Amino acid sequence: MYAQMVKTDAARVRSLDEMDPVERAFQERIDAGQKIEPKEWMPEGYRKTLVRQISQHAHSEIVGQLPEGNWITRAPTLERKAILLAKVQDEAGHGLYLYCAAETLGISRDEMYAQLHSGKAKYSSIFNYPTLTWADIGAIGWLVDGAAIMNQVPLQRCSYGPYARAMVRICKEESFHQRQGYDVLMKMVKGTPAQKAMVQDALNRWWWPSLMMFGPSDDASVHSAQSMAWKIKQNSNDELRQKFVDQTVPQAKYLGLTVPDPDLKWNEEKGGYDFGEPDWEEFFNVIAGNGPCNAERLNARKKAWDDGAWFRDGLTAHAEKVADRRASAKIAAE
Amino acid sequence: MATAALDPAARQAALLEFLLRVGDNTLILGHRVSEWCGHSPALEEDIALANTALDLIGQTQLWLGLAGEVEGKGRSADDLAYLRDGYEFRNILLVERPNGDFGKTLMRQFLFDAWHYLLLKALKGSSDTRIAEIAEKAFKEVSYHLDRSRDLVIRLGDGTAESHRRMQEALGELWPFTGEMFMSDALDAELVEAGIVPAPESLKAGWDEIVAETLAEGTLKKPADGYMHKGGRRGVHTEHLGFILSEMQFLQRAYPGATW
Ligand SMILES: [Fe+2]
Ligand SMILES: [Fe+2]
Ligand SMILES: [Fe+2]
Repeated sequence: MYAQMVKTDAARVRSLDEMDPVERAFQERIDAGQKIEPKEWMPEGYRKTLVRQISQHAHSEIVGQLPEGNWITRAPTLERKAILLAKVQDEAGHGLYLYCAAETLGISRDEMYAQLHSGKAKYSSIFNYPTLTWADIGAIGWLVDGAAIMNQVPLQRCSYGPYARAMVRICKEESFHQRQGYDVLMKMVKGTPAQKAMVQDALNRWWWPSLMMFGPSDDASVHSAQSMAWKIKQNSNDELRQKFVDQTVPQAKYLGLTVPDPDLKWNEEKGGYDFGEPDWEEFFNVIAGNGPCNAERLNARKKAWDDGAWFRDGLTAHAEKVADRRASAKIAAE
Repeated sequence: MATAALDPAARQAALLEFLLRVGDNTLILGHRVSEWCGHSPALEEDIALANTALDLIGQTQLWLGLAGEVEGKGRSADDLAYLRDGYEFRNILLVERPNGDFGKTLMRQFLFDAWHYLLLKALKGSSDTRIAEIAEKAFKEVSYHLDRSRDLVIRLGDGTAESHRRMQEALGELWPFTGEMFMSDALDAELVEAGIVPAPESLKAGWDEIVAETLAEGTLKKPADGYMHKGGRRGVHTEHLGFILSEMQFLQRAYPGATW
């Protein structure tokens, strides 16, 4: 869900019999649960899909620093400040592993940045919502990292080796983030009425955008079917959303909060909750650039990149000078 | 020995003042550095800056925690960080300077790190074991900060014409704020006498050496020593501190008595 609605270029999923021998051997390896490694042959569509998905995921980690970074300087205690700093640092680290994983597919980090800055590449819709109170920091950890884990745990079994391995490392840290977020809220609901109200307000604003993180229903999507055939994706969006709701509602109750969904009801028969439909019009608007913070987020990233050009150029120039000096020293010594 | 001659109340007051000075430096610089989160020129820098800020905030917890203990009025590190006004802060003016461009942030970090490194190195040998212990831990972190900031100052000084110009400008702007690190007053004298802290001026030669070597390697020119600003160490700050505090202390001030 940090990667939403990733396209595959497939018109439909082909059967083994329709494939040439090389592609068929590739598909059979995937079917047998083997991992694909960077230097190995892969269909162009597989490569492109992974680049889209991994870079979108990486961009989400990087843009995701912004809404949370927004509260670092205002964190209410030194300990909370330290925890939040460490979290945002982890997210930057996740971005780094993921860019590295995508680079194994023949795209450079600079190219991926260019796609982000031009608007060609997307990042998760969730980070286009504002963090308005300190409770939002707790809510993000609990709900957003929680939804991320729901999606990323199966990705640890993704067919592409470098992505699967990056996920193993990332998932461990995301679980920490979720617990820390929940802890922020736990402390607040046990506090003053104003603090409790702040937490309920945060849930009211973050609940639906969190459900949207999984993307619209993709049961009829050829892209999802192809991604599943390639074992890049393991579960449908609706399955993951259901799991998330089932896990999260009891946690909300434990906090003494009301989930802002009048249709939410336990369904004994299916052993899960029935719940309302997110506002997909809002979702498509956010994806299209009309979310409350799209412009700020993208401008912040572009500004960081543009303002930092002299810095990166300076380091490159220095490295070249050092290499030149070494080379001349070597010639002089010969 | 001179130590025994010190009036215990005066000693305690001097010690508290010293702990606030060192803890407020790490707190305010940590705040400034953390303002970069997600906005730096490269992903690796985002990670490194968050790490530096994290170290500084961790050190603040230790220094201000000990300050509260020494004061003996039940104030915690958080109380000291979040519930004092600007005139009660004791950080040097250098650390409250606005970030400016990334070069200015790095130069401020380097000028501070070189001093911080020497201070902590000396404090490892403090006659007060509580101080020595904190210094021991912080010294390891700050050695790394200095390695990093020194390296970047050199690379950017000796990089492109533009990176050189920016670093030279940053140096010129920040230089008048470096003198305060080496100024001393009666409170310092008490603690120096007791072997608790080094004399501020005793760190100057070492700092000059680190700075001179670094600037030379980075092809940067050391500014002429002129007027040096001061005041932070006795609570007289620049206008910037008030804004830092109103941001930092917002929740504690808006919701008095709430726990987080
Ligand atoms: Fe992450
Ligand atoms: Fe993630
Ligand atoms: Fe996370």
